[in-house]
Parts: sequence; C-alpha cells; structure tokens
Amino acid sequence: MRNEALTEKQTALARQKAAEQQKGKIRHTISMTLLYIVLAIVGVFQIFPLVWLVLFSLKNNQEVFELSPFALPATPRWENYIRVWTEGNIGQYFFNSVLYTGSAVVLTILFASMATFALTRMKWKKSSLFLGLFMVGLMIPVHSTLIPLFNTFSNLDLINHPLSIILTYTAFNLPITIMILYGFYQVLPREVEEAAVMDGASVHRIFFGITLPMTAPVIATAAIINMIYNWNEFVFINTFISADQFKTLTVGIQNFIGQYSTDWGAIGATLVISILPILIAFIFLSDRIVEGISAGSVKG
Amino acid sequence: MDQALSSKKMIALYLAPGLLLLLALVYIPIFQTGYFGLMEWNGIGEMSFIGLENYTLLIQDAAFWDSAWHSLLLAVFSALSLIGYLLISLVLAGKIKGANFLRKIYLVPMLLASVAIAQLWMKIYHPTNGILNTLLISIGIENPPAWLAEPSLALFAIFIPIIWQYAGFYILIYYAALKNIPESLVESAKIDGASAWDIAWKIKVPLIMNVIKVTIVLAVVGSLKYFDLIYVMTNGGPNGASEVMASYMYGQAFSRFDFGYASAIGFFLLVICLLITWLIRKVTVSDEDIQY
Repeated sequence: MRNEALTEKQTALARQKAAEQQKGKIRHTISMTLLYIVLAIVGVFQIFPLVWLVLFSLKNNQEVFELSPFALPATPRWENYIRVWTEGNIGQYFFNSVLYTGSAVVLTILFASMATFALTRMKWKKSSLFLGLFMVGLMIPVHSTLIPLFNTFSNLDLINHPLSIILTYTAFNLPITIMILYGFYQVLPREVEEAAVMDGASVHRIFFGITLPMTAPVIATAAIINMIYNWNEFVFINTFISADQFKTLTVGIQNFIGQYSTDWGAIGATLVISILPILIAFIFLSDRIVEGISAGSVKG
Repeated sequence: MDQALSSKKMIALYLAPGLLLLLALVYIPIFQTGYFGLMEWNGIGEMSFIGLENYTLLIQDAAFWDSAWHSLLLAVFSALSLIGYLLISLVLAGKIKGANFLRKIYLVPMLLASVAIAQLWMKIYHPTNGILNTLLISIGIENPPAWLAEPSLALFAIFIPIIWQYAGFYILIYYAALKNIPESLVESAKIDGASAWDIAWKIKVPLIMNVIKVTIVLAVVGSLKYFDLIYVMTNGGPNGASEVMASYMYGQAFSRFDFGYASAIGFFLLVICLLITWLIRKVTVSDEDIQY
C-alpha cells in the first residue's frame, strides 16, 4: 500500500514536471518565434527598398504610378537599362570608377604593406611612435582637409585630373589599411623571413618575394574594403571633379538623374547599374567583406 | 645577423611613400585649415589676415548653431540606436539558425554609395508616388506629408536612411565581439541557473564593454561630421531645417565662396571630433585591452 501511494505520488510529480517542461517548451517556442519575426522584420526593412528599386527600374512611368508598388510589370522594360547606358555617359563614368578605384587600391595596398613591413619586421626604436602617426589619420574629418586640398590641387592644375582623386583616395585609406594589415603581420610567424635574412637575402627580396605572398589573404580582405570605400566615395570626387569625362558613377548618376527627374524607370535603371558591381562582389565575397569590415571597424 | 632589417636607409625607404602621402594630403592640410581660418579669402584672390574674426562671427552665427544642434541631434539619435543594434546582436549571437545569413542581409545597405541611397530614399519619400505615401494612403491616411519638403520633418526623415545605412555595420561589430566570448563563461552561468536575460546583461554586455565604447565614439563622431545623405537629399533645406555642420561648411565654401569662414568651421569640426574622441577614449583607457 505504502509503495503504491509512493509510486502514485511519484507519477503525479513526474507528470507535473513533464507538464511544466511542456509549458517551458511552448514558452520557448513562442519567444523564439517572436524573436525570429523581429529579426525578419529588420531584414525586410534592410532589403525591401532595394527590391522596390529593382521593380520600378523595370517599369515605365504609367506602370509606376498606376500599378501597386509591389506589382511586377507586365513585361519587364529592359529598354530602360539600354537607354540609360547608351544615352548618357554611364559607360564613361563606369570606366572612371574602375580606373580610380583600381589604381588607388593598388597604391594603397603597396604603400600600406611597405609601411607595415617597416613597422613590424624592421628593427628600430621609434616604430610605435610612427604607428601612432599613421593611426591618427583615422580620426581626421574629411571636411577639415577639403579646402586646403582643393587649393593645392588648383595650384597644381590637378582639379579635373584623375591624379587628384587617386592620390587622395590612397592617402585617406592608408590608416585603415595599415590597421587591417598590422593585425595580420603581428600574428604571422617570422621564421621564413628570418631564414631568408640568414641566407643574406636583400630587404626588397624578402618583402616582395616572401612577405607580400605570405600576406595575400589579408591583402585580399583589405583590397575589398578599399574597393568598396573608393567605389562609393562622394565628397572628394564632387569637389575636385566637375568635367563630365572625369566623373565617376557616384557623381555622374547624380547629374544624370537630374535630367530624368520625372522618368522613374530611367532613374531606377541608373541606380541599379551603379550598385550592381558592389552587390555582385558581395554575393561572391561576403565572408571576406564581413571580415574586413570587422577588422577595420574604426572607420565610421 | 639582422643588419639588413635594421638599416636606417631601408626603414626610411619603406615608410616614405605612405608617410609622405599622408603628410601632404591629410596632416599638412589640417594645419592649413587652421591657418586659412584666420583669413578673409574668397578662394581665388588674395588672402588678408583678420585674426579671430571668423571665429567671433562663428559664435554669433545662429544658422551655424542650428546646424550644430542638428548634428548633435543626429549624434544622440545614432548613439541611442546602438541599444537596438546591441539587442539584435544579442539575439543573433545566441544559437539562432540563419544568423550568418541575416547579418549579411543587414549589411547590404552599408555597401551602397551614399548617392544611390540618397536617390533611392528620395523616391521612397516622394510625396505622391513614393512607396511610403502610397502605403499610408492605402491604409486610409489622407494627405500624408511631403517628408523632405516639410521643415519640421526633413531632418528626421533623413535620419531613417542614415540608420538604414549603418545598422548592419554596428550589428556586425557587436556580433563579432559577442562570438568572441568564451562559451565556458556562459555555460557555467547557465548551470548556476541564470536566465538568458541575466546572462545577456550581467555577463555578455560587460565583457564587450570596450567594443561598445568604441562604437559610441564611432557613432557620435561619425554623426558630428556627417554629410553625404543630407547634401544630396535636401542640401540642408528646406530653409536650413536639415543643415548639419559639414553641409553648412561646404555651402559656405563652394556656394558662397567664403573660404576663410568655411575653413574656420572646418577647423572647429576637427577640434570637436578630436576632443570627443579623446574624451570617450579617456573613459576607456583604464581598461586593458582596447579593441577596435
């Protein structure tokens, strides 16, 4: 009898516990669902404007104004893209964007790698002081340098010249790039380089033959971050370049859109063309981009 | 043995290109800005020295202080939105399926050119055909406002795309920091019966405090010098209602050709940014590992 009562009590307890667990599980499921909904809403908020952009880039004005904003056009009007690509100078702007971005990335990576090499691999006392000197650049607002730069480039006849843009991009991206490289150089083993020194290799041979190839992964990361910053840069290009043949996509589309002020499809197509290279890069290189932005997060 | 790597000539050679470029295009210009700020100058003709006159003008310039107030509002708004990003990151960094995908989705706007973002959001806010007012009308709101043309709304209407642009960036930083917390710390707290809420606020957040402080510096300083979307979307208008310090400075220089006065504003901006960076860093300096 006693035993039976005990087992009954035990089963009751077990049942209660199971019920509680069940309740906890339900509560957990509900809260997880709510969290997912919140996260999804944030995601939709981040992506939806771009989806809408692609939709209206494929419509004509009548369809933009009369159809629901979420509706697909009856036939996608790819001619918007063909028109803006052939009518304006978008091809030229695109070429300039590639030229300035590419040149500045190569210079920045080379100079930043050289400086980081001197700061971490060469033996001298003042290296931390010089590291600080490079890093202070991260805190300088662009606008505090704009008038002197404009003045200097005017005096040197470099206004409306690609060189003013390429050099400025290189200089302003050096601090962030050195910061990204520095972290990698610090943890990279030095044995290979030291062995080369023992063998009597020259500094150039060590740098170009050993260090640069060994730092290829971080160079890729830094290059992508540089590419994004340069491709999207606006203040310098807007200030130093006014001649149409030297404009990049960012300022070019700004003026170009002015002409089409009421033609939504053309504006949409122009914007999609301008952001497409970065979006494609992101699809293929998202992990590296994420890594680069985390490593270089001081630049805001 | 290390002779090759301690040659002064070689060290100078490897530092020179980067250092010279940085000196010529960043460090010397900021001193020039300070110098030009003491001049009356239209950008083309002769300069004349007027001492601190530009700065006395600056102190009395109500339009400038309006722009400074707007920059400050943006700084407060950006700093407060960090709380939201932190909450989202805490959820994401807990064992959520698809977290990696979501944080990449959040990041997409950050990769786009400000000009493209500005143009897109001008379309979103378009009074008659923009998606926002189309939605508002469809849920029965008559006469929705013309957002960017409304003096009382323009500034806040631009804050939204600024948030949209940078949200993914901060979430990414917090997420990375939270993922760095050793699993064992969280596990032992769980065994002690701590709730998820307690683990988040009493263990995780204090552990990433350094990162949080850095993001506060970034958000505040980034806001004080903010320019791009404001310049493209409203150019400070209507009637100065969305002007910020950087757009005001740009207008003084490149629309009104008052380069001396604009330089004074540029120098003021520099001092403010360095001061605030130093101030917030000072609070963090006691901590050992300053992370970026």
